[in-house]
Order: sequence, then structure tokens, then C-alpha cells
Amino acid sequence: MTSIELAAPRRMRRWSFNTTGSVGFAIVLFWAVVAILAPVLIRYPVGQIVDTDYFGSGSSTLWMGSDYLGRDVFSRIVMGARYTVGISLVAVVFACGSGVVLGIVAAVAGGRLDSVLSRFLDAMNSIPSKLFGLMMVAAVGSSIPWLITTLAVIYMPGAFRFARSLAVNVNAMDFVTVARIRGEGVLYLVLREILPNITGPVLADTGLRFVFIVLLLSGLSFLGLGVQPPNADWGALVHENLQGLVFGAPAVVYPCLAIASLTVSVNLLIDNLPRKIRDRSA
Amino acid sequence: MNAATPASPPAQSPEARSPPLRPGAWRRFPALLHRGFKHPGASAGVKGRILFLALDRILFSVVTLLIVSVAVFFATAMLPGDTATILLGQAATPEAVAGLRKAMHLDDPAAFRYLHWSFGLLRGDFGRSYANDLPIAQLVGGRLANSLKLAAVTTAFSVPLALLLGITSAMFRGTAYDRSVTFLTIALISVPEFMVATAAVLVFSVYLHWLPALAFANEITTVGQLLRVFAMPVITLTCVVAAQMIRMTRAAVISTLASPYAEMALLKGASRQRIVLRHALPNALGPIVNAMALSLSYLLGGVIIVETIFNYPGIAKLMVDAVATRDLPLIQTCAMIFCVGFLILTTLADIVALVANPRLR
Repeated sequence: MTSIELAAPRRMRRWSFNTTGSVGFAIVLFWAVVAILAPVLIRYPVGQIVDTDYFGSGSSTLWMGSDYLGRDVFSRIVMGARYTVGISLVAVVFACGSGVVLGIVAAVAGGRLDSVLSRFLDAMNSIPSKLFGLMMVAAVGSSIPWLITTLAVIYMPGAFRFARSLAVNVNAMDFVTVARIRGEGVLYLVLREILPNITGPVLADTGLRFVFIVLLLSGLSFLGLGVQPPNADWGALVHENLQGLVFGAPAVVYPCLAIASLTVSVNLLIDNLPRKIRDRSA
Repeated sequence: MNAATPASPPAQSPEARSPPLRPGAWRRFPALLHRGFKHPGASAGVKGRILFLALDRILFSVVTLLIVSVAVFFATAMLPGDTATILLGQAATPEAVAGLRKAMHLDDPAAFRYLHWSFGLLRGDFGRSYANDLPIAQLVGGRLANSLKLAAVTTAFSVPLALLLGITSAMFRGTAYDRSVTFLTIALISVPEFMVATAAVLVFSVYLHWLPALAFANEITTVGQLLRVFAMPVITLTCVVAAQMIRMTRAAVISTLASPYAEMALLKGASRQRIVLRHALPNALGPIVNAMALSLSYLLGGVIIVETIFNYPGIAKLMVDAVATRDLPLIQTCAMIFCVGFLILTTLADIVALVANPRLR
């Protein structure tokens, strides 16, 4: 992040991914569709006990076996996608939205506002995320709105720092100086001059932060402190079926695989973004 | 991503402080750069400058710790949920709640309580646990020692492993070996810690039957049992931490390999091993140590999951239990201990980077 090279402004973008990137994109798209269509896709109501055996293995009716109460694991994972993807998505939008706006404002305004904001958010950033999560859950509990707030607060400082470091570079460019001399206000500088020039890297960073949020949310749920029953995200599914681990039950394995497929594919997608978008941050 | 940056001093090139070397002089004598060559202008002032910057960095950490302590205190003490009501339960009479609030000084102004709490911490008085009314120092002491033991064993395994894999994969960059190491580290980094732990259990105890799935540290009598208790947590944590280390070590070595003197060594016909070991490695040492310290801070996140899943009686397990029972003083103390550990590691990493990289001075 030491220097920034701007591509020629507004050339026609060609959204060509390489193979790895396309695979990542396809899996991400797949989970998005699953989350949206979840109520249609499930084979049994998520709370219904459909198997007399617990931790049953997969069969033609129960594709992914049954969980610790004999419920259908497949249906629960499909519904869990809504919680994992939905909560993380809302949280990342809040975190990156507020972080990026504050970051650019800090870079444009400079002076005392910048240094106070930077110092404070850097301090926030130096609280390990999982610890921060535990503290917030202890303080405000883990209802879904509070979980979203917690996740957004934890990852906002990182987004702030990333956006600020990019914006500082753009802010030093001549066209910004010209706009400032022209008498444009802070809002215009932020929205029209700087934001369009850092969109690519900021979007890539948002994707990475989405992965971190999915990981933290799953971690909290795994500890039993995230999404609470009767709802369950993927981390909570692993948590409630953990006793099945000693038999290698599919009820533990499949939610793990679901999380891994989502996080790994987002990472693959971002690593293989078209150079025009990604390399602006280099 | 979590690391605190040093309060970055204005970038000042050595040339700004001293008469410049003839342009290209070092290019003709690359050996100057890694044989303890001292810049003409860099004699007496350098040590003082490093010391000053290191002190500045430490001061920044202390300020950070202060802000963190305010955040910890207010996050846990000020937000919804009245402590006295929680302690006494739903059936408590209002008089009993009022009495307890008074006894616990809950009616005092928040700033006053914060000062009381923070000075207590400084004196080593951590208060008493709400859940079982034991002094917190007593609860934390043995648990902290257990966690540190786990951290030490993990470090002892992960550092050599990461050095070996990181350096060799940089050495054979682009080969199948390098690509498989890179893929493995990315896979490990992008899945949650509990998944690494469950995978370890599946492999080592369910399929291979080498280790018990869950072991308890209070049953240790022989060395064999000790190994069995430690094996699973250490394997999991080593995977989590070493993956970060390998990535950063590889990046550090590769970025030194891109420098002009490494190119020079290549041109004069040095072998790949020689370029990496003699030319690149000594210069990459600073960034590598920096990477090690930073990666060890990932231990903190990993340890919370690992101690819970394997029932290891460490401080992270204590904290997770405290969160479940909303035992606020215990949460505050554990959180502060974690933050201090994290800040020590990141500060150490920054100071090492400062000493190793002349451009940051």
C-alpha cells in the first residue's frame, strides 16, 4: 500500500476472470442463491424430527444424514446459509460503509480530526477480534441485531485504515487539489473525486472482510455465543452436533464443509479479480 | 490486519542526512550491503534514533492499552443489564438490589468506578468473581500458566516448521512444491480454527486411532499422558499459527529476492541456494522475525477455540465460561490479560521491524 498507480480513467472494463476466479465466483453465487431460495429448497421443516436414529448417515431421503435430535441436516444447512451469509453480508456493509466514509473524510479533512480518529480506531483495531466479540456478547447478548452491530463495530476500524491509506494517496493528486481550489466542499471531494478512484481496492477489501466476519460469526456460534437456538447458522450447527465428532458424523462434517467452501471461494475470487480492479491497491 | 502500526515517523532517506554516495556505488559493491557496511552518515546518531523510535512505539502501546482498558470497562460495565439484578436473580426484592448496588459501589459515577478499577489492576487487585466469589487473581493464576505452557509448546513446534517451509517454498518459487504449500496455507487461513480442530480429531482419533478425541489435563501422571493431552491442541494451534508464518516468511524472502543485489548475485552466477541463504536471508531476517511475532498474536484467537473444544483448563476457557455466566469482573480481567499479551507481541514485531529496516528509521 505504499504507492498507488491509477489506471487511465474510465476505460471500458472487461470483466474477464480466469478459471480459478470463475470457480470461486460460481460457488459464491451458488450460496447466494441457496440463501435466497432456502424456504423452497428445504426437504423437511428445520425443527422436525424425521429420523428415529440420531447422527444417522446419509441416505436417499436424508441426503446428509440426521443431527443429534434426528433432524434433517441438509435442510438445516440450507436454512443456516440464510443466517451465515445474511448476517455477515449486512455486517460487512455496515462495517465497510462507515469505515470507508470515515476513512476518506479523515484523509480529506486531515489535521486534528484525522489524528484523533486514526489513533482511536487503531487502538480499537488492536483488540483481538474474537476477544472483542466475546466482550460485546457478554455485554449486550447475542440477538441477531446485536450480533450484526458487534461484527460491524469490530471490523470497522480495519476498513477505516485501509480506505484512509488509499485516500491519502489520491488526496495528494493534482486533480483533487484543483477541485479544492475550485472551492468544492468536503462532501463533493469525498464522493466525486476520491471514492470513484478507490472503488476497486475497497470492494476487494470488503470481500476479504466478509470472510473475516463469516469466520468470526462461525467462531462465536461455535462457542455457543453467536446465533441462538432455535435458529442456527453453520457455526451453531457444528456446535450442537459436536458430540457426533467421535463417530465422524456427517452432521459435523457438512456444516464445516459449507463454511470452508464459502470462505475459500471468496478468497479465490478476490485473488483472481481482474488486474484492473485489484492492482490499484498494490 | 490486526496489528497496530508504529507511529510512523516522517520517512527520511539516509541521503537527506548525509552527503550521498556516488550513484550506483553500492550496485558495484553489493557486498557492502550485507557485510556490516555502515553508511558514512550513520555513526553515532543511529542507536539513539532507534531507541527514541522504540520508546515512541512503546508509549503508543501504553496509550493504546489505556484506550483499550476504557473500552473494556465501559463495554462490560455500562451496557444493558443491571449487575445487582443479575446476581440476585429475578425474585430479588428492590431493597436487596439497592443494598447490593450500594455495597458494590454501583451507584458511583462511572468515571470514578473506572479509576477505582484501573488502579486496582495496577496494584494487582483484580476484584472478586461474581459467579463464585473467589478472588480473581486466584482463579486466573494457574489457568494463565496452563495457557502459557500451551503457547510455548506451540511456538516451539510452529517456528521451525514455518521457517523451513516458508524459506524453501520461496526458494523453489513457482514449482509444484511451492504451489502446494501456498494452497495449503491459504486453505488453513481461510477456514475457521474450530474446523482445523475437528479435522485433526477426525484424522488422528476417528480414523487413525492414535489419540483420544478429548483428554483432560487434570489426569496427568505420566509423560505419555502429558503428550496425549497436549497433542491435539498443539497440532491444531500449530496449523493455525504456522500457516500465517509460512505466508509471511515466504513473502519476506521473495521481496528480498526481488532486490538489485539478489539480481546481481544471480548475474554473477551464484546458485539458487547461495542467493537465498547468503544474500537474501540475512536481509530478510528482520521481516521474518516481525512475521513470527505477528503470527504468534493469532495464537490468541486460536487458543479461545482450541481450549474450548478440547476442554483445556486455560485462561481462554475461563473467559468463555465467564461470558456464558456474565461474570463481568472476570471477563474484564481476562480481556485485559489478552490485550496486554497481544500488544506485547505487536509492539515487539514493530520494534524488530524498526531495527531491521533502515527506511523506517
